[in-house]
Amino acid sequence: MLFIRIIRTAEYKLSFLITWQGGLSMELKINWEANREKIDKLNEFIENNRHKDGVLMLVLQEVQELFGYIPYEIAKLISKELKIPLAEIFGVATFYSQFSLHPKGENVIGVCLGTACYVKGGQEILKKIEELLGITVGQTTPDGRFSIDATRCLGSCGLAPVMMINGQIHGRLTADRVEEIIEQYR
Amino acid sequence: MITIQELDAIKERTLKAMGAKLYKLNRELIGEKSYRHVLICGGPGCHSSKVEDIKERFIRAIDRKGLKNVEVSIAGCFGLCESGPNIEIYPEGVFYSKVKPEDIDEIVEKHLCKNEIVERLLFEGARKGEQVIPVHQVDFYKKQKKIALRNCGIIDYNNIDEYIALDGYQALAKVLTEMEQGEVIEVIKRSNLRGRGGAGFPTGRKWETAYKYHADKKYVICNADEGDPGAFMDRSILEGDPHSVLEGMAICGYAIGSDQGFIYVRAEYPVAVERLRTAIKQARDKGLLGKNIFGTGFNFDIELRLGAGAFVCGEGTALMESIEGRRGMPRPKVERTAHKGLWGKPTIINNVETLANVPPIIINGADWFRSIGTEDSSGTKVFALGGKVKNTGLVEVPMGTTLREIIFDIGGGIAGGRKFKAVQTGGPSGGCIPEEFLDTPVDFASLAKIGSIMGSGGMIVLDENDCMVDIARFFLDFTVDESCGKCIPCREGTKRMLEILERITRGEGTEEDLERLESLAENITISSLCGLGQTASNPVKSTLKYFREEYKAHVYEKRCPAGVCRELLEFYITDKCIGCTRCARNCPVSAIRGNVKERHTIDAEKCIKCGTCMEVCPVGAVIKR
Repeated sequence: MLFIRIIRTAEYKLSFLITWQGGLSMELKINWEANREKIDKLNEFIENNRHKDGVLMLVLQEVQELFGYIPYEIAKLISKELKIPLAEIFGVATFYSQFSLHPKGENVIGVCLGTACYVKGGQEILKKIEELLGITVGQTTPDGRFSIDATRCLGSCGLAPVMMINGQIHGRLTADRVEEIIEQYR
Repeated sequence: MITIQELDAIKERTLKAMGAKLYKLNRELIGEKSYRHVLICGGPGCHSSKVEDIKERFIRAIDRKGLKNVEVSIAGCFGLCESGPNIEIYPEGVFYSKVKPEDIDEIVEKHLCKNEIVERLLFEGARKGEQVIPVHQVDFYKKQKKIALRNCGIIDYNNIDEYIALDGYQALAKVLTEMEQGEVIEVIKRSNLRGRGGAGFPTGRKWETAYKYHADKKYVICNADEGDPGAFMDRSILEGDPHSVLEGMAICGYAIGSDQGFIYVRAEYPVAVERLRTAIKQARDKGLLGKNIFGTGFNFDIELRLGAGAFVCGEGTALMESIEGRRGMPRPKVERTAHKGLWGKPTIINNVETLANVPPIIINGADWFRSIGTEDSSGTKVFALGGKVKNTGLVEVPMGTTLREIIFDIGGGIAGGRKFKAVQTGGPSGGCIPEEFLDTPVDFASLAKIGSIMGSGGMIVLDENDCMVDIARFFLDFTVDESCGKCIPCREGTKRMLEILERITRGEGTEEDLERLESLAENITISSLCGLGQTASNPVKSTLKYFREEYKAHVYEKRCPAGVCRELLEFYITDKCIGCTRCARNCPVSAIRGNVKERHTIDAEKCIKCGTCMEVCPVGAVIKR
């Protein structure tokens, strides 16, 4: 009995880590020295906001903004600082699609799959981008330059189909234009 | 602290400085009449097309020509996203569309210097015969009535003074100095303002519940988590006229006795977040938010909270969970949120558009508001027209306007001369309305009667090339992904429904599937915890009701009449084929045979329906059938 339980716990921890690290192939230890500035900023943010109710969302958003994802070690740091169990942080971080547990590419391409874009061929645009970059939704290119997200409605339905690269909207897309636009970011 | 006299002084001063763009409001000009005003649309659609660059070029060109008395400014969304970037020139109201930065010199040279119209840039609808008509007579705008969008497309969204100039914060001043809390609620109740977020709950009644409930702390939340795909009304209000929302919230705060507001805005709208930040700061600096507003002892402040990409957070209680820093999962509604909401305190949660309607109601009175719209639904509603309609964009019409008027008179009908098939309202919670109901007046009751909902205002027009089964599948796919997983009917039920729909679109559906789909839809509706699940089956129910033939074609004949569902299609080479062999060379499974310069054929057994042949054919000889 006990043996089974031990195995279960081990399995749980492993699956937890796998999810966190986006597959074991990616080694995700953050370099504390190189990230010193970001970590200082984060600590300052926590200090200024810790009195606020519902602070966890604010902190996770700050981490996502600073690091581009939520590193495991940083989640542990938040847990200690805010006295919130790591499991709860993991729960919140995985619930919302804006939080990522692994790093994204330098250029994040969000292809809108809202209704207006869908009926105007958003799916084809996505297919084209996947072809161009050789990766699928949710992945990052091996050189770390691009990653693709399928996003919810970006509210630019008048320009459908649209995609967003690093916050900039590109509308009225066609397969040819997509190629042209992505070239600009290469 | 600002006084009412100071507010009036700002109004007077700014009105003089706003110049000729006031003609857009048909206002008597106070300032110099010889002024010209170039107004550039900075709405979500046009903004992405580098409007800053356009403005910069205007200023430089005007400088070069040494023109005096010409002002250039960017304003919020004009509504007509289809033809953006849009520019209007006042006082004449000439409407230029699809303007590129390199066109600016020509506009300045011809229009501003010589008073000649630049014909090639003129919006095609801004012409009647030989005559050029001003923008307010263009079909797209003629039938509209703007209340929630009253300032969008006129004022500079980053300038609080311009909001004040157009009666901004006067409503707040009025309630704080002349009205009791109960009176404010009475006005809102009598106006019959109903929630614009979708459900249409009477706003006044909601406020009254919170007002009458005693507590040490109360909250006002503005729900700006506009997640319905195909809806961008709230975004345009937040970006084009953020102060109207802040003022509406402050009025609500006074009415129910709250001193703290939150705006929960989705992170997908970075521009709206930025403009709200600026607006809140300006209002604080002026003393229109904060302590002792207008010296009346009333305190109210607003904090911005960002969403993180979860559709379910548009649901009131899930939104509160999210603000409290947890997973956004809805709560069982044992008590109203007006009694126990955010952190267990009485909370009023209103949608952006609802709040933007509040100040004009206070200023013009409940009777004025009731005189617009229908008995059941007063006022106006903003819709985001999208999909296969010609004029995609944002429209605000009196309630009771028919779908036909919105789609055909304002929207210009279907693009590309194709046939109208259905209009989808209310996003994933709404339904598809077929042609026979096009003359239905748009109000809360009428839309519910025909199996759809008003929703937040997304209106996606579908034409004959859209498969209704596929549309139902699309929405279910969305709901399955966005279901929070708390209650079983929604978590498991929607997934099973999606599986059935996927089977049907693959041509594997059976008669039993249709029955199961119907019973599942009903069960999920009655047993889900929150609005997301309760309405998740609406797209399925409405398409089953109005487009059953299409489902039957998929199930019995294994055919997709609209030609969308790939597995049910057959690729076929017509006699247009010139025998270039390109399709045969590109086919990944070598399913195409034929000799050079002879018509090719596709082996249906081998074909994987990837569509490559259709893409590479130089003469369009490959068709789907």
